[in-house]
Order: sequence, then C-alpha cells, then structure tokens
Amino acid sequence: MSNTLALGGKRIGYEVRQYFRQGDTVFFTFLFPLVMLTIFATAFSESSFGTDADGNDVSAAAFYLPAMLAAGVLLSGLQNMAVDIAMEKSDGTLKRLGGSPLPVFSYFMGKIGQVFVTGLAQAAAILLLAATVFRVPLPTEPEKWLTFAWVFVLGVVTSAILGIALSSIPRSGKSATAVIIPITLVLQFISGVYLAFTQLPEWLQNIASVFPLKWMAQGMRAVFLPENFEVLEQNESWELPGVAVVTLLWLVVGLVASRLTFRWIRKDS
Amino acid sequence: MTATDPIVSVRDLRKTYGSLTALDGVSFDIQRGETFALLGPNGAGKSTTIEILEGYRDRTSGAALVLGTDPGKGGLAWKARLGIVLQSSGESGSVTVREQLSHFASFYPHPRSVDEVIAAVGLEAKAKTLIRNLSGGQRRRVDVALGVIGRPELLFLDEPTTGFDPEARHQFWQLVRSLKLDGTTILLTTHYLDEAAQLSDRAGVIAGGRLIDIGAIDEIGGSEARTPLVRWVEGGQREERTTSPGAFVAALQSRLGTEVPGLEVVRPSLEDVYLGLVSRGDSASLDLVTSTGSVHRSTRSTIGSAS
Repeated sequence: MSNTLALGGKRIGYEVRQYFRQGDTVFFTFLFPLVMLTIFATAFSESSFGTDADGNDVSAAAFYLPAMLAAGVLLSGLQNMAVDIAMEKSDGTLKRLGGSPLPVFSYFMGKIGQVFVTGLAQAAAILLLAATVFRVPLPTEPEKWLTFAWVFVLGVVTSAILGIALSSIPRSGKSATAVIIPITLVLQFISGVYLAFTQLPEWLQNIASVFPLKWMAQGMRAVFLPENFEVLEQNESWELPGVAVVTLLWLVVGLVASRLTFRWIRKDS
Repeated sequence: MTATDPIVSVRDLRKTYGSLTALDGVSFDIQRGETFALLGPNGAGKSTTIEILEGYRDRTSGAALVLGTDPGKGGLAWKARLGIVLQSSGESGSVTVREQLSHFASFYPHPRSVDEVIAAVGLEAKAKTLIRNLSGGQRRRVDVALGVIGRPELLFLDEPTTGFDPEARHQFWQLVRSLKLDGTTILLTTHYLDEAAQLSDRAGVIAGGRLIDIGAIDEIGGSEARTPLVRWVEGGQREERTTSPGAFVAALQSRLGTEVPGLEVVRPSLEDVYLGLVSRGDSASLDLVTSTGSVHRSTRSTIGSAS
C-alpha cells in the first residue's frame, strides 16, 4: 500500500506538469472563470447588485465572485477530468498504463491530486484578481474561510469523481469535449453561475437543486456575499447542511459509477 | 513454475467475435531465453494472439499460460515481469523522453537505468524533448524504451520497427540482441522477414487464424522450400531445384559449351519461404470456404481492418 501511495504522489507531479503544458486545458478550464469574472465585472460595472447591511453597493465583481469560484471547481474537476480521461482512453495512454504494474488507485490519486492542485491555484488566482483588480472586499471572519475550505474540498473531490464517471460516456477522444462541455454549460446556466439563481423560475430552481453545482455555488455565496443576501435564497437560508448532504450524495453516486464503469481499455473492441 | 517450464504456453487458443473466428485453435510454446517470431499477413490473428497473452483481450476458449499465470487473471506483480511494446501509440506526450522513462521506471521493482535505456534506443540527443515534438520513428523508439525499462523477463514486440529508417532498424536489432544476452524472452511480430531472420530462434506462421507452420527460423517451411533454385535461359526461361547447385551449373556449362545465358542461383530467403507458406495457407482456407460457407473468408478480411 505504501508503494501505491508513493506512486500516487509521483502521478500527481506528473499530471500537474502535463496539465500546465497543454495550452487548451489551461485556457478552457484554468483561465476561463477568470476571463468570465473580468467580463462580468467590466460589462456590469455601472450596475448595482444590491447593498450590504451598511448600505455599501455590491459590485458586479463581488456578486459574481462566488459563482466563478463554483464554476472553477466544476471546470477543474468534472470537465477537465472527463475530457482528459476520455482522451487518454482513445489515444492509448490508458492501454499502456493498463499493461504496466501501475495500480489503478495510484492513477486516480494522481488525477484527483491534479484537480486539487490546479483547482486550488485557480481559486487563489480568482480571489487575487477579485481583491486586487476589482477591489472586492474579502471576508475576514475565520469561520467564513472554514466554510470556504470544506465547500471547496468537497466540491473539488465530488467534481473530480463525477468527471471520472462521465469519462466513459464519450465514444472517442475527439467527441469528448463535444459531449462534456454542453453538460457543464447547461449546469452552469441553471445553477446560478451566470444568471442570478434567485431570478430563475421556481421549477428550474427545483431541477437545478437535484445537481451539485447549485449547492456548491450556494455554499460559495454563503462565504462571499453579505449576510443580508441570505433572505434572497430559495428558502431564505444558505442551507449549509443541504450543501454538504447533496454534494456528499453525488460523491457517493460518482464513486459507485466510476467503480462500475472504469476500465483501462474497452476489452474486445 | 520451474526453470524448464515454457515462459509462454498456448493450447488450442480460440477467439471469436460473434460469428467471426479470429483465432481457430492455435498452440505453441516459448522457452526461457528464446526469441520467437509470430509471422503472418495482416488480419491473420497475430495481434489477437499477442493481446490475449498480454492480458488485454479475453480468449473464447483454449488454455494460455504466461510466466506460469493465466494472462486473463494476471495481477500487478505479474505485469511487473512483462514488457509490452504495442503496435501503435499516440499519446499527446506533454512530457520529455527522460521524464516519461523515469516516471515509468518508478512503477517497477528493478528497473534498468534510464540513461542506459535512452542511449540504447539512440535518443540521447532528444532526452529533453517533449514526446509530442518527436518524429514518428523517434516516438516508436520511446515505445521500445518504455517496453524494456522495467527489465522484463518476457518482452512483447508488436511490429516494433515500423517507421524506422534502415540505420535505426539495425540499431534496434543490436538492442534486441543485447536483451537476449541478458536472458530476456521475446515474442516478436513483424512484417520484415529479414528482421525475423536476424533476431529470432524460432518462428510460427499464422494465416486465417491458424498456425500453419512452426519451427526453427532456418528450418521453417521444410527443406524442399529451402532448396536452391537454378534459373537459366535455354529456349525460354528454365529453372530447376537442386541441393547441389555448383555441380548442376558445372554440368550445364559443359553441356552448353559456353557461359550459361541468364544464369541465376537463388537460395530462398525466409521471405520466399514465408510467401510460399502463406499462399499455400490461403489456398487451404479457400478450400475451407467452399466446404463451410463464407465464414472464414469474411473473418480474414474483417479482422484485417481491426488489428
């Protein structure tokens, strides 16, 4: 087992190195939320998204910051993982690994570690951009950052595991982005990432509530939006226990689906 | 498994895909330290055989043991004793040659030295180049390097030198000979018959999913097929097989009383022997088609595109 963990550690370094050497993944999963935050903050720079308890205006950047953090978790986890593994399946990487004595566990440790490292770097970059360029006030209370920590960790791991499960859907590496990106795009639109969740019709909110992104975004809003925004939520509450329960449920669904569907190669194809 | 047990043992191996028969009862053994070549036309069942032995495909029936283990059930410790060079590779390769080899070396308990392996495949100058920036032949050498980095007891080489220039191919042959000296057992498939003749101790010829001949590399095809052929012109092209071509040509010259026109003495190469075997194998399977319907014919052409 110690060898399996040591190899998993080596895989993380190997995966992270590969990730940053691929221009398209860096752009579409790493920089994308930063680009979107910049667009929203600039396009709506004249609009007010409400005021906090002290009467200060909430800027577009402040309003979209939690949404972009949640989108980043989804992109770095689910989208990146699903496309990456589907590609590796079709280009022969997995076949080669399957013929080597690399344990499957080490392989996934490398993948999830890569998502964790890149997701963390991405979140840090988003926060830095918001705080320095767009002057978004960040919370100072430690308990807020504690909430951020568990929402982020749970969200990243769940997204990564769901990405592994979804990687078996595309039939080829070429079709991977075409299959996966629409799924993540629709989820982002109905889960309060690009459109204010509270302004969606209730039936759409109910549909979105089945999926984890809505809850991850809500958890991020609990951290970064002023207290007086809480009453605007669907049930006038941040519902942090709900965030934990729904995300954990999806984590379990993802683990079971990954266990059932993952193969190094499609035998007899 | 004892020292005298075969490294690979295959008995009556069959593989069907629905109604298509890719392998139709293949049996052979490979002894420790031996280099065995599996020859045959595209789609004959070479790759199916090798992929079953590598653990990538399930067999329909028959028995197979690789290093004493059923390849369908081999675990990580078993995989650590194998080296696999697949027929094709197309990884995106955002790592350098050295990074890739060092990384794969860490999977194995007793890997070879990364620098030595890079030197052995002639990629010293490319060690710090990203794999995606290599030429096809250079990538193929990385494949070979990855196949041997773990110091395998048994090495599978599935058409290893496709895309090599002649110099690279000779370099590769040297590498295989040195692996052989280290005691590595090798299962090779190739379309280059000179390569098989240079490297292997024994060969099996597969056509239409059947093993149509097997034997020492300098005996396969039988003595008849290897008998030298004398060709000359005497009122048209003439030819004669003879075990004593020197005496035959001397007799011919004294009979004609002049230099023999168009004289050629041909000692059949492995390629000639192989082509003779495969064309006989083809006519044998054509007989089979007429007696059992078109199943075998369609098998050969369909599997051909898949493997």
